[in-house]
Amino acid sequence: MNQPVIKVEDLWKIYQLGEVQVEALRGVSFEIEGGEFIAIMGPSGSGKSTLMNILGCLDRPTRGRYFLDGQEVSQLNENQLAQVRNKKIGFVFQSFNLLPRLTALQNVELPLIYAGLSLQKRKERAMESLEAVGLEERVRHYPNQLSGGQQQRVAIARALVNNPSIILADEPTGNLDTRSSEEIMHVLQKLNREGKTIVLVTHERDIASHAHRILHFRDGQLVDNENVEQPLEALAVLKELTEEKVVESV
Amino acid sequence: MNLSETLQSAVSSILSNKLRSFLTMLGIIIGVASVVAMTSLGEGTTEEIIGQIGSLGSNQITVIPGRSRGIPGMAVASRGGNMLEWKHYLQLQDFGFPGIKNIIVENTTSFTVTYGRESVRTRVIGTTPQYPEVRNFNVDIGRFFDQKELDNAERVAVLGRTVAQDLFASPEEALGKKIRAGRITATVIGVMEEKSSGMQDLGEQVFIPITTMQKRLTGSEYIQSITVQTETEEDLDSAVQFLETFFTNRLKDPEKFSVINQQDILDTINQVTGTMTLFLTAITGISLLVGGIGIMNIMLVSVTERTREIGLRKAIGARPFDILIQFVIESSLLSALGGIIGIVLGIVISQVISKFSSYPAIVSVEAIIIAFSISVGVGLFFGIYPARRASQLDPITALRYE
Repeated sequence: MNQPVIKVEDLWKIYQLGEVQVEALRGVSFEIEGGEFIAIMGPSGSGKSTLMNILGCLDRPTRGRYFLDGQEVSQLNENQLAQVRNKKIGFVFQSFNLLPRLTALQNVELPLIYAGLSLQKRKERAMESLEAVGLEERVRHYPNQLSGGQQQRVAIARALVNNPSIILADEPTGNLDTRSSEEIMHVLQKLNREGKTIVLVTHERDIASHAHRILHFRDGQLVDNENVEQPLEALAVLKELTEEKVVESV
Repeated sequence: MNLSETLQSAVSSILSNKLRSFLTMLGIIIGVASVVAMTSLGEGTTEEIIGQIGSLGSNQITVIPGRSRGIPGMAVASRGGNMLEWKHYLQLQDFGFPGIKNIIVENTTSFTVTYGRESVRTRVIGTTPQYPEVRNFNVDIGRFFDQKELDNAERVAVLGRTVAQDLFASPEEALGKKIRAGRITATVIGVMEEKSSGMQDLGEQVFIPITTMQKRLTGSEYIQSITVQTETEEDLDSAVQFLETFFTNRLKDPEKFSVINQQDILDTINQVTGTMTLFLTAITGISLLVGGIGIMNIMLVSVTERTREIGLRKAIGARPFDILIQFVIESSLLSALGGIIGIVLGIVISQVISKFSSYPAIVSVEAIIIAFSISVGVGLFFGIYPARRASQLDPITALRYE
C-alpha cells in the first residue's frame, strides 16, 4: 500500500562528447519511501550529480524509468517538468541561490508565484515556511544581510513552501562552517521528523551520517545501500560544539 | 506568473542598475525626443502659414504679371513685367463671369506718411472698395472708401491701426485729419481693425483708392495684382481657366502673367510638409533602430549576468515561457520608459525653441502616440532574441554558471 515516493528502474544517462560516449549513470535502480532521510554519497565522477539532476526533473534519463509519487516523469516535456519541479520538488543548493534583490520573504514566495497563488496566500505560506526554519525575525532582510547559515535556511524555507513530495539538497553544507552545517542538518532532521522526505547529496561522511540510509555511488552505479544504525543527532553535535567552546574559553 | 508581478520584477531590475538602464534608453530617448520636437515645430509652422493664407480671405485667385513658380512670394517678373493695366480690371468687371463674386486690384508702394510733426514710413496700398470683404480685413472706426470716391479719385485714406497709433494720440482722433503721403494730402476716413497675419503686422498699411494712387501719386496705369474671389470653392477651377483664357487673349502671351490659385499654394505647402514628415520618419526609424540594437545588446548582457537567476527560476518551476515574458517585458518597459522620457523631453525642447524663436510649436498627439508605440515595439522586437536565449538556457548549466 505504501507507494514509494521515488522509484527508479534501470536508469541510464549517456552523454555524447564529440566522438566519445560518457556513461554517467549505468543502470541504477532504487526506491525511496515517504518520510525517509536518504544521503547519496560518492566521489566526484560517480554520477551522483547526474542522478540528482534527474531526480530533480532538471534532466531526463537516456534510458530507464523514474516514478515520482507514482507518476512516470522521465519522458515529460519541458513545461510539464517545470510544473513537476514547482509542485513536487524543493531544491536546496550548495550556493543557496537566493535572488539578491529580493527579501527573505520574497525569495521564499518565488515558487508560489510560478504556482499562480494570490499575494495574500503567498505571504501566509512564505511566513509559515520561514517560521518552520526559525527565521520569522528575518523576513524583511536581504540575503546580504544574513549569515551563510541563515541564507541556507531561507533556501530551505523556499524549498518547503510548495509542500513538495521531496526535498533535494545538493551539498547544502558545502559552503558553511561546521556549526552552521550542523544547524542546517538540524533543520533538515526536524523537517524529516515532521514527515518530509529528504534526499541529500554529499561527499562528506559526517554529513551523510545524519541520514537513515546512505546510497553509495561509484562510476555511475549504486554500489552499496547502507542503513545507518544510529544516525547522528545534529542537536547533540551542536551541544557538544557549544561545550567545546565553553571549555576553550575557560 | 501574472503580468503585474512580471512588471514589478522588471521595474526592480531596471531600478537596480539605474545608470545602465538610462544609457540603454538614451538611444530611444534621443530618437523620440527629436521626432516629437521636430514634428511639433513643423506642424506649428505649417499651421501658421496656412493660417496666414486663410486669414487673407478665402476662395481667391490672384493674377500677377510675370511668371510665378507657384510658391508664394516667388513671382519672377519676366520681360515686359508690367503688363496688367487698369483697363483689364474694368474689362474683367464688365465680363461678369459666373461664380466670380468680387474683383480687387492692389498696388503697393512705400511712402513716408506724415501728420504734423509725426511721420512713419509705411506701405501705401491702392485698391478698390471691395478690399475689406475679399481680404476679410475690416474697418474698425469710420468707413472704407466707396465706389464714388474711387471713380472720382478722391483724396481719402484709411489707416492701418499701427499707423494710426503712430501718427495720432489715439485711433479715434485720426478721423477727419489730413495726412500727407508723398505729393498728396488726404483726409482720413477710417481706421482698420487690429489684425496680424503670422509675423506680419497688417496695421502698418495705408489704403487709398487705386485711382488716386495712379493719377495723383505714381502716375502709372499699371497694376501689380488683380485678385478674384469666387462665390464657392467649387467655382475656383472654372474661374482659373477663365482667367487663363482671358489674359492670354488680352496679353497675347501666357508667359507674361501668372494665375495663382490659393488652393495651389496650400497644396504646395502640404507637399513640402509631407516631404518633411517623410524625412523625419526616416530619421526616427534610424535612431530607433540604433536604440533598439542598444537595448538588445544590454539585454544580452543582462541575460548572461543573470544566468544563475534564470537557472534558479527554472529549477523552482518557471516554464520557458515565463522566462521569455520576463525578459521581453523588461526590454519593452525599458524602451517604453525611454519613449516617455523622450516625449517629455521633445515637448520641452519644442516649447523652449518656440519661446526663443518665432516658430510656434504645436504638440501633435498623433506624433506622440506613434512615437510611443514605436518605441514599445522596438523594445518588444529587440527584446525577443535575448529573451529567447534566456528561456532556452539549460537549468543545470545555468545553475552551475559562475
